[in-house]
Amino acid sequence: MEEAKLRHLKSVSLAIRQDIVRMVSEAGSGHPGGSLSIADIVTVLFFDVMKHDPADHCWDGRDRFILSKGHACPAVYAALAESGYFPKDELLTLRKMGSRLQGHPDMRKLPGLEASTGSLGQGLSIASGIALAMKMDKKPNRVFCIMGDGELDEGQIWEAAMTAAHYRLDNLCGIVDRNGLQIDGNTDEVKTLEPLSDKWRSFGWNVIEVDGHNLRELSDAMNRFRHTHFRPTVIIAHTIKGKGVSFMENQVGWHGKAPSPEQAKAALQELSQEVI
Amino acid sequence: MKELFLSSKIFSGPEMIPTRFGYGDGLVELGKNNAAVVVLGADLSSSLCVDRFREAYPDRFIQTGIAEQDMMALAAGLALSGKIPFVSTYGVFCTGRAWDQLRTTVAYARLNVKVGSGHGGVSVGADGATHQALEDISITRTIPNVTVIAPADYHETLKATVAAASISGPVVIRFGREKVPVITTDKTPFTVGKAEVYKDGTDVTITACGQMVYESLLAAETLAKDGVSARVINCHTIKPIDSKTLIRAAEETGAVVTAEEHQVMGGFGSAVAEVLSQNYPVPMRMIGVQDTFGQSGDPDDLMEEYGLRSESIVKAAFEALKMKKG
Repeated sequence: MEEAKLRHLKSVSLAIRQDIVRMVSEAGSGHPGGSLSIADIVTVLFFDVMKHDPADHCWDGRDRFILSKGHACPAVYAALAESGYFPKDELLTLRKMGSRLQGHPDMRKLPGLEASTGSLGQGLSIASGIALAMKMDKKPNRVFCIMGDGELDEGQIWEAAMTAAHYRLDNLCGIVDRNGLQIDGNTDEVKTLEPLSDKWRSFGWNVIEVDGHNLRELSDAMNRFRHTHFRPTVIIAHTIKGKGVSFMENQVGWHGKAPSPEQAKAALQELSQEVI
Repeated sequence: MKELFLSSKIFSGPEMIPTRFGYGDGLVELGKNNAAVVVLGADLSSSLCVDRFREAYPDRFIQTGIAEQDMMALAAGLALSGKIPFVSTYGVFCTGRAWDQLRTTVAYARLNVKVGSGHGGVSVGADGATHQALEDISITRTIPNVTVIAPADYHETLKATVAAASISGPVVIRFGREKVPVITTDKTPFTVGKAEVYKDGTDVTITACGQMVYESLLAAETLAKDGVSARVINCHTIKPIDSKTLIRAAEETGAVVTAEEHQVMGGFGSAVAEVLSQNYPVPMRMIGVQDTFGQSGDPDDLMEEYGLRSESIVKAAFEALKMKKG
């Protein structure tokens, strides 16, 4: 990746983080921790890897993106606004009555959303269904799906993992936001998740592990996915919940709590000092 | 009254065919004319008769294994990509186990997913309570955007299956396992959302869905012998329900009996009561399973045991008439 491109992606991910803090603070509720942990992944997807057209969100040639961990939608709303799907001003309507920016994604309201998600464990099945349809129709479109690591407790994820491998959906890329925390604590204390890579591998998936905050690594992994055949790919992205806001980082309490105006100010102050 | 082209043998040894055959044959017919139709199965292909589609159109049949939740959301993804997926399994699984997937992923987004919900009612028989869907109508009709149809016989199930593909949005088609009397013909009118008056009458209305339409016709015959004129309405579409036909029947007959092979709580009878209580309240009686699970047994014996035969409907009609007269 060229330096200029990398700098651009860094500035986008920073803008997304700032938007997440502003949105959740203004809403007075929401999920900052898991939104901040996927900010870099979403940046690479929307600004580097995926084919999409903000001017034509129904464009047949677009790649598809499913946010299985629907509660992290502030990150996706920010990326959509940054891409130009809707005016950035609208971000501050998050979770308010009448807003298109629902607390969890509503595809019927907001352009750019491919599915309505939020009940955990279902996104990978939806993404597999899209990928299967693309295969049936011999279309080249790719499908990406971000899952939470806590979400992998859901049995349906593993049903979908079997289905996608069975149908050799090499146009499907799952991305696990491996931030290590879920509401009740550390993911492996709540219910043992490791050895996670081995689990996916034994289900027949191509597994790539990356630093989920390293834009270059993320981009490279998604390019390797393009060249994998006959198997779906999962990228296990090691991330930090609350990444970028020091008092939120690795704190389980910031899963579903909005920062106060003072906390938001401090968070934005910290983010504004980030060197790109 | 318009021509109904009902079977001439309803009261004289009707032909017996399982409604699930109608689902299987309807899918094959759809497959011929609509390349977007795909069928999903969860290891119950022959039981749901979707093996007929699989044999005719193997490239459009998707096996998910015993994974109903995945199947429902997989269908959502297929629908998002322009396919018309028919999810096919037993009612307890597709409407029960995968209820959240149906509600949140499919119905909330109004996705074009069709649900072939088999093994409805106690007439499933020997498999017993675990496999007899008795709550499926209640739990699907309360979900916004969902159309719920419980066809009366083979021909109607076939027509409902074909019609479902032309409806934009989620549709649940409920059918059974065992052979049931064929009361309609391929010419009998069928429109989703339109209840049909199969027999006119002035004293009491019997409205039913599924195989209880046949039992209602038998009940009306018995009542006629006792000088009671009963109207029989086949209300195959439970949602959206045909309020107009039901309200008119309440106005003109003054008493209503509902009949369903399903729990009376929240089911078809409740749907009728919701309409009538708010528009034209009349005495009502509800025939159906009375807040209990089913059990193993011979289908005929089970229908008897749970009060789902015409005799129960006749009794309910007299009770409703008595309430009407005060």
